[in-house]
Amino acid sequence: MGVLYFILIVVAIVQLYPLVWLFQLSLKTNQEVFGMSPFALPKSPRWENYINAWFDGGISQYFFNSVWYTVVAVLLTLILASFVTFALTRMEWKLKGVVLALFMVAYMIPLHSTLIPLFNIYNKVNLIDNPISIILSYTTFNLPITIMILLGFYQSLPREIEEAAVIDGCSIHRIFFRITLPMTAPVLATTAIINMIYNWNEFVFVNTFISSEKWKTITVGVNNFVGQYLTDWGAIGATLIISILPILIVYLFLSDRIIEGLVAGSVKG
Amino acid sequence: MKNVMSNKVAIALYVLPSLLLVLFLIYIPIALTGYYGLMDWDGVGQMKFIGLENYKELIHDKLFWESTWHSVLLALFSVLSLVGYLIVSLVLASKIKGANVFRKIYIIPMLMSSVAIAQLWIKIFDPMNGLINSLFMMLGVEDPPLWLADPNMALYSVFVPIVWQYAGFYIIIIYAALINVPQELIEAARIDGANAFQIAYKIKVPLISGVLKVLIILAVVGSLKYFDLIYVMTGGGPGHATEVMASYMYKEAFGKFNFGYGSAVGFGLLVISMGTTWVIQKLLNTNK
Repeated sequence: MGVLYFILIVVAIVQLYPLVWLFQLSLKTNQEVFGMSPFALPKSPRWENYINAWFDGGISQYFFNSVWYTVVAVLLTLILASFVTFALTRMEWKLKGVVLALFMVAYMIPLHSTLIPLFNIYNKVNLIDNPISIILSYTTFNLPITIMILLGFYQSLPREIEEAAVIDGCSIHRIFFRITLPMTAPVLATTAIINMIYNWNEFVFVNTFISSEKWKTITVGVNNFVGQYLTDWGAIGATLIISILPILIVYLFLSDRIIEGLVAGSVKG
Repeated sequence: MKNVMSNKVAIALYVLPSLLLVLFLIYIPIALTGYYGLMDWDGVGQMKFIGLENYKELIHDKLFWESTWHSVLLALFSVLSLVGYLIVSLVLASKIKGANVFRKIYIIPMLMSSVAIAQLWIKIFDPMNGLINSLFMMLGVEDPPLWLADPNMALYSVFVPIVWQYAGFYIIIIYAALINVPQELIEAARIDGANAFQIAYKIKVPLISGVLKVLIILAVVGSLKYFDLIYVMTGGGPGHATEVMASYMYKEAFGKFNFGYGSAVGFGLLVISMGTTWVIQKLLNTNK
């Protein structure tokens, strides 16, 4: 038993300590970073590092961009994926199999192979350096996995209520919005969080399609900021902590739901 | 019932927006990647049709094959780390108290962006003030490696944060499969005198082989298209020591403005990763 715990604890330290170290770093001055052991605690925590990163580093702008791209893309993905899943599991039509296959195969396609044409397409319709290109990309590339997670849930939902509603003369839209969609609230919460994590952390679309500072997200902004201020380790630490904090806070409250979603998403893929 | 549920207008309304997005932003671009590969094009000026020239060049391009090899090495490395993840999952699933807490800790790195992980690990690998070399020096090693700066070490150094990032993800999935193994089978084996190791090796692992196969495919496919962390951490360097297929494509297109050749590389990446997925599925004989 002791050996087992030893293994688990060592792995836990390996997984967690780099983050603890990052947090310590975020409260240090350069003298402390370069003059003392990296394991040492900061003498007096320099919370100014956070204030500097937020104001001088322009992190606030990036942060709010990330918030609104993430929120809009998550909402769009959830509603579109719910529509498709409803049509795939509840409605009768011929091309169902083909459409499902198209979404499944899309999940396997490496997004980097689409990057050059996407850049060109967005360029032609004037969406380069425009948040719409980012939101469209997030929505589209998250649709396949979201549909796959929703499919499993929809298949397990009882159909009796919907059938009764049809007999009562309910329209299809009313059935979807008033009956089915509310019943999927638990899985929608899970997929929303999974989508949120992906969008918040996304790098390559923003790095490729966005050039102005005012439209950049926190992931790309942090990377540029760190590139410019390579020497101030405390500032870098604070910036990185700010960039991961929202997800960590959500995780603190909803970890079971996130784990559930990650498991559901991967095993179906 | 039938009438309502096969209302053509409603079906179109529900399916078309998503379908059009996927067609226009995934499928058409994929076809265009192959097509642009036939062009000499800097991304701004006129495209010039040059037939298969780019693809011929690609086949003889040492750098492309080197980066492919690095991607393949990463795939092998990731599949090997599954063994480690499996062991931790077996320990975690052996009815241990607090398993849930450990599981929640393990997944935390997965929540971070590859950019944040890359920047954090650049500091951890720092030859002078980083965590690893400080530890080495405390243990009395006088000339610890330079990690990311050393062309012979850099590739293996970037693998470490990747294994770190995904550890929790794989562990929770294997764990979820393991706790669904019927308890009666384990009890029966125990009564027959099997020890913990035998139970794990002969009963638990075979019973979750379906999930393990899916994870092998995920690890391989994920590795072949891996990009963000390596691009941020080393930019493919020093030299091309950590270049992978996706970073090579990205640099050709958006670094050197060789959009035609970059597209050919992108098409190569597509063919290699889809082809490998197909071959592995055949080899593992799963229909996933």
